[in-house]
Amino acid sequence: MNMSTESFIILIPATALVSSLLIYLFRKENLIVYLSSIIASILMFIFVIFLGKEIYLTGNISYNFLSISKTINIKFVADKPAILFASIASFLWIITNFFSIGYLKGTKDKKVAKFFYFFALTLFATTALAFSANLITLFFFYELITLFTYPLVTHKGDTESIKAGRKYFVYLIGLSLFFFLLAIFLTYSLKHILDFYETGIFDGSEDKKALLIILAMFLFGIAKAAVMPAHGWLPTAMVAPTPVSALLHAVAVVKAGVFSLYRVLNNVFTIDVLSSINGHYLIIIFASITIIFASIIALRQDNLKLMLAYSTVSQLSYIVLSFGLLNKISIIGGLTHMLTHAFGKITLFFCAGAIYVTTHKTKISELDGIGRKMPLTMIAFTIGSLSIIGMPLFAGFISKFLILKGVYYSNMYFVFVIFGSSTLLNAAYFFPIIYRAFMKVSKQDNEKYKEAEPFLLYPLLVTAFFTVLLFFLSGFIFKYLGDV
Amino acid sequence: MIVYIVLIPLLTALITPILGMFNKKTSFYLALLNAFATFFIVILTIKKVYIYGPEKYWFGGFEPPYGIEYVVDSINAIILFIISLVFIFSVIYSKKSLEEEVENKRLTLMYTMINLYYTGILGITITGDIFNLYVFIEITSLSAYTLIAMGKNKKALMASYNYLILGTIGATFILIGIGYIFMATGSLNMYDIKLRLPAVYSSKMVRTGFAFLTLGLCLKLALFPLHTWLPNAYTYAPSAIGALLAGTGTKVSAYALIRILYSVFTLEFDSKIIPFNFILLILSCVAIISGSFLAISQKNLKKMLAYSSVGQIGYISLGLSIANLNSLQGSIIHIFNHSLMKVSLFFIAGGIFIKYGYENINELKGIGRKMPYTMFFFLLSSMSLVGIPFTSGFISKWYLILGALEQSYYLVIPVIIISSSLSFIYLWRVIEMAYFDKKEDTMHDVKEVPLSMLVPIGFSSLLCVFFGIYPKLPISLAEQAANIILGK
Repeated sequence: MNMSTESFIILIPATALVSSLLIYLFRKENLIVYLSSIIASILMFIFVIFLGKEIYLTGNISYNFLSISKTINIKFVADKPAILFASIASFLWIITNFFSIGYLKGTKDKKVAKFFYFFALTLFATTALAFSANLITLFFFYELITLFTYPLVTHKGDTESIKAGRKYFVYLIGLSLFFFLLAIFLTYSLKHILDFYETGIFDGSEDKKALLIILAMFLFGIAKAAVMPAHGWLPTAMVAPTPVSALLHAVAVVKAGVFSLYRVLNNVFTIDVLSSINGHYLIIIFASITIIFASIIALRQDNLKLMLAYSTVSQLSYIVLSFGLLNKISIIGGLTHMLTHAFGKITLFFCAGAIYVTTHKTKISELDGIGRKMPLTMIAFTIGSLSIIGMPLFAGFISKFLILKGVYYSNMYFVFVIFGSSTLLNAAYFFPIIYRAFMKVSKQDNEKYKEAEPFLLYPLLVTAFFTVLLFFLSGFIFKYLGDV
Repeated sequence: MIVYIVLIPLLTALITPILGMFNKKTSFYLALLNAFATFFIVILTIKKVYIYGPEKYWFGGFEPPYGIEYVVDSINAIILFIISLVFIFSVIYSKKSLEEEVENKRLTLMYTMINLYYTGILGITITGDIFNLYVFIEITSLSAYTLIAMGKNKKALMASYNYLILGTIGATFILIGIGYIFMATGSLNMYDIKLRLPAVYSSKMVRTGFAFLTLGLCLKLALFPLHTWLPNAYTYAPSAIGALLAGTGTKVSAYALIRILYSVFTLEFDSKIIPFNFILLILSCVAIISGSFLAISQKNLKKMLAYSSVGQIGYISLGLSIANLNSLQGSIIHIFNHSLMKVSLFFIAGGIFIKYGYENINELKGIGRKMPYTMFFFLLSSMSLVGIPFTSGFISKWYLILGALEQSYYLVIPVIIISSSLSFIYLWRVIEMAYFDKKEDTMHDVKEVPLSMLVPIGFSSLLCVFFGIYPKLPISLAEQAANIILGK
C-alpha cells in the first residue's frame, strides 16, 4: 500500500466534483456538458474497480483527509461494502447519463446544465458517503446528498414541486437533525469515539436501555432508508424528472440511507451488541411492517412512478431486515440485494420514463396494449419486474435466496411468512401491468407511437441485460464479498 | 502597549471632525487606518499573551487597586481579535453603505461616532476596573444611540429612542450594582474585588449589587425577555451600522457578563448564595426557542436576522450557565463564530436593501440569479448559522452539546436541535425564494453589490467555513480562556 492508493479514495468523489465544475463553466455548451458528465462517470467506475481490486489484494485502505480537532475529522476508508456501493452508483451513473440526454431532449427541457450539474454533485456526495470512515463524515455527506438533490426534486419549478421539496426537507433534514445527529452526540458522549471499527464502537458494557434508544434514533434518523414511518418523502420525491427518480431515488439516495444503516449496525453496534440488547427485534419488526404495508400501498397505486416508489420502500426494508438477522450470510444477502434491486428498479424506472416521453402516459390504467407498440421496452419491464419479484434466472433471486438462508440460520421462521406474502404482493402488482401491456387491446386504437428513441431505449435494454447477467455472475460477487 | 488598543480609536474619533471640516473624504480613510492599526496591535498583543501570559497596563503608573488597570488575558484576547476583525469589515463596507443611506453632510459625524463606539467596545474588553467598565459601556451605548438614529427610515428614531430608554435603565442598574459592590469591598479593581468578596459574600449589599449588575448586563446583552430594543435597532439603523452592532455589541456585553460572573464573582458565589446560573440556563433555553420562533414569523429580512440574534445570544449564555470546560469553550467560540456569521448576513441584507430597496423576504424572488456571488455567500453563512458540519457553527454547537451532556442537562439537547431546525427553516425560506421560485422579471438591469461591499461579505462568510474546517485558533484560545475561568 503506497501513498497513491490511499489518495485514490479521494480521487473517486473528486472525479464527480471536477465534472460538476466543468459543467458549471461550460453551462452554455450542451455537448461539453454531456461529455464531461459521461467521461467523469466512466472514469469514476474505472477508479472504483481499480480500488476494488487493490483492496481485494491488500486489505482495507484508510485515508485521513483533514483533522479538524482531536475527535472531529474527515476520514475515508475503502472496504468491500463501500466498493460495492460505489461501483453500483458509478456504473449506473454512466447509463443514466445517456438516458438523461434522451429524456431531457424528449421533454424539451432547457435547464440541461443545471440538471447535470446537480446530478454530478449528488454523485460526489454519494461516493464520498460510501467511503466515509467515521460518523461525522458520514453525517456530513448524508446531509449534502439531501441539499444537492433538492434542486433536482424541484426541477420543474412549479408550486407542486416546491411543496414536494419542502416535504423532502422536513423528512430528510428534520429527522436527521433530530435523531441521527443526536444519536451521534450520544454515541460520542458515551464512548468518545466516532470512527467505525470492525469491532464496533460499543462493546456491550453500556447501559442497555441507552443503547436501544440510540439504535432507534439511528434507525429512524436515517430517513433515507425509508423504514416506516419515515418513508413519506420518497413517494413525494417522484415529482422529479424520471432519470432522477431512477438513479437517485431508486439507487443512490436510498441506498446511501441503507448503507449508512449498514455502517451503524456493523461498525458502531455489532452483531454481538445488537443481540445482547435485543435490538434486532426492533429492526426486524419495523422492517417487516414496512415490507408488507408498502407492498399493499403499492398495490393500490394507479400512477406508475408512485407504485414503483412504494415498491422501493418495501424492497429497501428487505435490506434493513437482512441486517437485523444477525448472521453473515444474511448481511451478504442484504448487500447483494442493494446491487440486484438497483439494477431491477432502475430498469423499471427507465421504462416508466421511456413510456412517459413517448406517449405522455403516467397511469397504469392507460397502458393497455402498449406491449405491442413498444415490445422491447415492455420486455425490459417484464425482466425488471421478475427480478424484483425474485424469480430464478433473474438477479433478484440470488439476494432473496441468501436472505432467506440467513432467516433459516437465525431461527426466525415468521420472517418466511413475511417474505412469502411480500413476494405474492409483488407479483400481484407487477403481473397485471404485464398482462395489460401484452394481452389487452387499447380502446383508442388510433394512437400512433413506436418504440422510444435510441437514447431512451438502449440504456434500459442494457440494465435489463445486466439484471439477467448478474444472476449468472453471482458466484463472482460472493467470492468478492466472501468474508465481509 | 495595550493602552494603544483604546487610545488609537479614541484619538481618531477626536481628529475625525477636525479633518472633516476641511475634507469630508478623510473621515472614511481615517476610520480605515484606525481599523487596521488597531487590528495590527491586537494581533501583536495576542501573540504576546499566547506566549508570555497576561499583559497589563497601569493608567498613569498608579498601582492597582488604586489606579485603573488594563489587562489582556486569554479570555479577552479572542474577543479583541474578533471585534477588531469585524470592525475592519464594517468600515470597508460602510463606505458605499453610508454614502447611500446617510446625508452627505453627516458623514463626518457618523465616522466620529463609529470610532467612538469602537473605543467603547475595545475599552469594555480590556479594562480590569469595574467602574471603568461602566464608563466604556456608556460611551458605547451613547454612540450607538446616535448611530442608530441616523437610519433612513423614520422608525430609526423610535428604535433609537427605545434603545436609549432601555439602555439607560440597564446602565443605571450596572452603576447601582457597582456602587453596592464598592460599598461592600471598598475596591473597584476586578482582581482585588475577587479577593475581598468571599469574606462578605453573605451580606445583603453584595447580593443586591450582584442582582443589579447582572440584570443590567442582561439588558445590554438582549437576553430574552429583555431583548425588545434589539430587533428594531438592528433593522432600522444604516446597514453598515446594523451589521457592526450585530457583530460586536451584544458580544462585548456577553464578555462583560463572563467577567462579572467569573472574574469578579466566582462559581462558589453561584453555588452558595444566588443560583444565578440555573436562572440563566432557563432563560437561555427560552431565549433560544423563542428567538427562533420569532425569527420564523418575520417578513422583513433584517428583522428576521435580528430575532435570530436573540436566539443565538441564548446559545452564548447557555454555555456560560452550564459552566464546565466544554460548555464555556462552546460559548466563547460561539461569540467568535456568531460575530462572523451575523455580520456577513447583515451585510448581505443591507446590500440587497441598498441595491434594490427590498426589505421583505417575499420580494427576493429569483435574486439568486441576479446576485450569484452575494447569495452564494448568504448560503455559506446560513449553513454555518444552522450548524452543518464543517462550518464554524457546528464547532460551537458541538462543544455546547458536549458540555450539556457532561453535566447531564439532557433537556438542553432538544432545545438546541429544535432551534437548529427552526433556523434552517427561516434561512431556507430566503434561499428558496432566491433560487427556486419562478422569477418574475421585474428587475432587469440590476446586478451584484459593489466590490467594496462584496469583499467584506466574501471574507466574513468564507471565514465562517474556514473556521469550521481549521478551528484551531478559536478552539485553542477558547480552551485557555475556559481554563482561566474555571481557575485551572
